[in-house]
Formats: sequence, structure tokens, C-alpha cells
Amino acid sequence: MQPINCYLGVSAILFCIGLFGVMTRRNAVGILMSIELMLNAANLNLVAFSAYGPKHGLTGQVFAVFVITIAAAEAAVGLAIVVNLYMNAKHVNVDQVNLMKW
Amino acid sequence: MTGQGVAFAVLAAITIISALLVVTIKNIVRSALFLALSFVGVAGLYILLNAEFLAAVQVLIYVGAITVLMLFAIMLTQQIMSAKISQTTEWFWLALPMALAMLATLIFFFAMRTYPVNPAPDALAVGTTMPLAEALLKPYLLPFELASFILLAALVGAIVIAREEKPGATD
Repeated sequence: MQPINCYLGVSAILFCIGLFGVMTRRNAVGILMSIELMLNAANLNLVAFSAYGPKHGLTGQVFAVFVITIAAAEAAVGLAIVVNLYMNAKHVNVDQVNLMKW
Repeated sequence: MTGQGVAFAVLAAITIISALLVVTIKNIVRSALFLALSFVGVAGLYILLNAEFLAAVQVLIYVGAITVLMLFAIMLTQQIMSAKISQTTEWFWLALPMALAMLATLIFFFAMRTYPVNPAPDALAVGTTMPLAEALLKPYLLPFELASFILLAALVGAIVIAREEKPGATD
């Protein structure tokens, strides 16, 4: 099998791509997609340690299941907010949404 | 190079290249489709890590549900589909070195220490679905039920938030 550092490396690269996307994407849907990438990177870490850890167990996989659940809830609520923002502001550009900025 | 090594390299390349396209490509619809491809790559990595149930869940929920939800949101918000408007903020040249610095830090710490490699003996032959179900319904029963409650709350919340409010409507 691959050493675990390979999986950790892929996970780190995926996380940083998602981070970059969150910082640079202009529309809210793009930001949500980048957040999903970051959550996937975290899941990959959990599953890798579940398979390679010093003690074998399924705790990492159970945790990954919960992360997937929360990610689904987050995507649903986030996209509902995006749709509501579009109905109110007619755009979804996060750099133009500064209604609450003093 | 073993077959597993080849599979790992191919899946990692699929995942990373399509993730890069997700954050850089102009057309947001194509971006969502590449996001699905990236999720498929991660599902393949799960299979390599003996987590076949999670791979199936990944394909069903991420590729099947979340990406389609993203596409629905893109199509409901027509304006962002036009490729004329810029898709990136003015922070591009600040975000790039920050992300690279984060990556360098993570890789440095991952490469610095060695983790005990203790692969499970032939776990794929046994299968992890049944032990996972037992773990979810025995020691993790309370978080499991709580997760379903959170899903219900998110469902109701999403409907309430996304509903179009009619002026003068009473409920």
C-alpha cells in the first residue's frame, strides 16, 4: 500500500485548492463549491487515518459519515440563502453584498 | 509500481486537476461538472482505503445530490451563467501566495514526521459496511440520531429561507 503521507499530501493539496477558491471566487455558488472541496479534503484525511492508524477502527469512517451529513445540510441551507439573495439583490456577487457593512 | 500505486496516481491526478479547474474555470456550469469529477476521484481514493461504503455514499450524495443542487442553484440564478462578468475578486494575487504558503506548511509538517503504517489485513475482502453499521447503531447511536435531526432542521430551514414571500400573505 501507499504510505499514508501520499494521502495526506493529496488531502493538503485539495484543501488548499478549496481555500484558494473560497478566497477568490466572486459568486456565492462558487464559494460553496470550494467549501465542499475543503470538506472532502478533511474526509480524505479521516478515512486515511482510519485505514492506517496504529489501532484499527472505524471511528474515522463514522466521523466521515457525519461530515458528509453536515455537508449536505450546509449545501441545502447555503443554496437556499443564495436563491433568496438572488431574489432580493438580483445578483449573487459576494463583493457587492455589503448591506450589513458599516 | 504496483497496481495500487498506479490506481492511486491516476485517482489523485483526476481529483487534483479537476479541483484546480473548479476554482479557476470561468464558466460556472463547467465548474460544477468538474466538481462532480473531483468527487468521483475522491470516491476512488476511498475504495483504495478500504472504505467501500463511504465510496458509495460519496457517489450518491456528493455526485448525485450536492452537485445537482449546485446546478439547480446556478440555473435559478441566471445572471452568473453569463461568462462576461469576472468570476474572481480582486484578491486573486493576494490569495494565491496565501494558499501556497498554507500548502507549503501542511506538506512540510506531513513530510517531517512519519506515521505508523499499519494497513488492515485484507479488509476489503471482509468488507467494512457491516462493522460500520454496527458502529453507527451501537456506540454512535446518539450522534446518528442527532444527525438525522439536523438534516430535518436544515430541510425545514432551507424551505423557509428560499420561499418567495408574497406581499400581504398571512400564514
